[in-house]
Amino acid sequence: MIEEIRVLTKRWAQDDAHTLAGYERTGGYAAARKALGAAPGELIQLVKDSGLRGRGGAGFPTGQKWSFIPQDTGKPIYLVVNADEGEPGTFKDRELMERDPHQLIDGMICSGLAIGSEHGYLYLRGEFAFAGRRLAAAIHEAYGAGYLGADVFGSGKRFDITLHRGAGAYICGEETALLDSLEGRRGQPRLRPPFPAVSGLYQSPTTVNNVETICSFPHIVENGAEWFTQWGTEQSPGPKIVCMSGEVKRPGNYEVPMGTPVRAIIDDLGGGMLDGRELRYFSPGGSSTPYLPADKVDVGMDFEAIAEAGSLLGTAALMVFSDQTCVVDATWRFTEFYEHESCGKCTPCREGTYWLSQVLARIETGSGREEDLQVLLDVCGNMFGRSFCALADGATSPITSSIELFRDDYERHIAQGRCPMGTTPAKRRPVTRMTDVRPPVSAMGRVALPLAGRR
Amino acid sequence: MTTPPGYAFSDRTRAAADVLVARYPRSRSALLPLLHLVQSDEGFVSPAGITFCAERLGLTRAEVQAVATFYTMFKDEPVGDWLVSVCTNVPCKVAGGQRVLDRCVADLGGHHADGVTVEHVECLGICDEAPAVQVNYEMYGKVTEDRGAEILAACRKGTPPAALSGEAPATFREVEWDLAGADDHAPSVTAGAPS
Repeated sequence: MIEEIRVLTKRWAQDDAHTLAGYERTGGYAAARKALGAAPGELIQLVKDSGLRGRGGAGFPTGQKWSFIPQDTGKPIYLVVNADEGEPGTFKDRELMERDPHQLIDGMICSGLAIGSEHGYLYLRGEFAFAGRRLAAAIHEAYGAGYLGADVFGSGKRFDITLHRGAGAYICGEETALLDSLEGRRGQPRLRPPFPAVSGLYQSPTTVNNVETICSFPHIVENGAEWFTQWGTEQSPGPKIVCMSGEVKRPGNYEVPMGTPVRAIIDDLGGGMLDGRELRYFSPGGSSTPYLPADKVDVGMDFEAIAEAGSLLGTAALMVFSDQTCVVDATWRFTEFYEHESCGKCTPCREGTYWLSQVLARIETGSGREEDLQVLLDVCGNMFGRSFCALADGATSPITSSIELFRDDYERHIAQGRCPMGTTPAKRRPVTRMTDVRPPVSAMGRVALPLAGRR
Repeated sequence: MTTPPGYAFSDRTRAAADVLVARYPRSRSALLPLLHLVQSDEGFVSPAGITFCAERLGLTRAEVQAVATFYTMFKDEPVGDWLVSVCTNVPCKVAGGQRVLDRCVADLGGHHADGVTVEHVECLGICDEAPAVQVNYEMYGKVTEDRGAEILAACRKGTPPAALSGEAPATFREVEWDLAGADDHAPSVTAGAPS
């Protein structure tokens, strides 16, 4: 029987954790004070020693990322926090910001000191209104106490935070698209190189880090690198918040050591499957990561183990499904999401997600053709690795993995001319879709016909 | 460029725009906040709103329009006081989100009526509370068909219930004012970025 650990989530049970007084009463801002006494080189070495890897999906070593930032360009250095959480199944950053916003500010001050930045931008997903109010109030309090501004904790050092809200675009969670959005443009990924470390926000040296990554850092500053490595594996150390959703009894955010087996997370923390259902497949890291079958349930939630099992840790958004969820329907839904969220810059992604969605729709609604599985795989093959960013790669993951694992399901849909589970009525698309409401012109510029009955 | 007749932005809006434009090393960074700001005044991004942003930032109307149409939170027609967003992505769909959406649309007799708009959205980042619904970006969790209908009916009366935050949502315009961020504590005119 495993239990949750309490590091990043240690104040979640504390009612006033979101206030400055509440945060400081339980040891808050000790890390920022300590970091002010350290040399920047020491702080970067500390995070390297801890082995902290980015929590936004890619798992790049944070210390290495920070060491790429040139210190001698004469330009300002920017710290940008990616709080544009949008990967389906992921909801850790929102809760971190709602419950403990000062922890993020604490982390931003420490991180700013490490990379020599005096200015942090916090790019928050627009739809997170409550998190936005909590963060705005916390930043206001931190300025009032002299923890932010021209003289951080009386040290003579400057650090400012600008809270910037997005406006509803999944792609802005991609770091270079985020930077374009922050510069007031359509959120479209940039060609790399140059990487943001050299030429990021306003063509200045920039690091973009996920909320959970930045929230981990003050704990490392306070307790040391060795302390951090008491959890997890050699390659994937530290605690990790797992966002569990789907057909489990107690979905939610659970903080566990990296490498904790999926089965223990589902059974011990999640209370097992809903209504005695049987696990059939799960998505270990969000909708952009390949599904894994039930027989991989003993895999550990860390970067290496999940990769070895054939998927990706991603954001550790563990979505759990039984045989009551039609895998074709689930995959179609995810694909429609990518179709809508493709920014339209790269042709393989813009056109590929559209056609994948069309083909999956006809399979699920009973008009699938024998050649459709090959069409899906061909289109996926033409998308993977052929775009500026990883959105298209992610879009192919549920499709290629579900065809590999559950080819029979697809074939039954096609042979029977309907969804065998009756999830979607045959020959009829589900009634209300986003395109019914929104765009005369969609994000990708495709013109939709006005619908009857609109005002 | 002159503002087309038909809408005059308030003095409060104009003052907030000054604050937002001064906040960034390069003024164009204020475009998303300004688009939220015009929605907080007029209720959506109208041609007058596009012109307002363009004039403030020295951009063409086409440049502003290109950005406004990219982001789903910028509405090109009025949504009323209450924007009801229902998630039907997979974790919510599995828990019945599509039925909640269908019921809301059926009850409302379409997507817009009585100062309420119902829209379909993708993953609101609260999958443990599936199916999830937002009213003006305030979260509701574990929303059954009946609960969805209740929330919708309350919105039509102008009194949506308390959300998961414990607070009842403010009107669309009020929330857009918060999203613009003019009241945020932030350094005005930051250390000079290279031009």
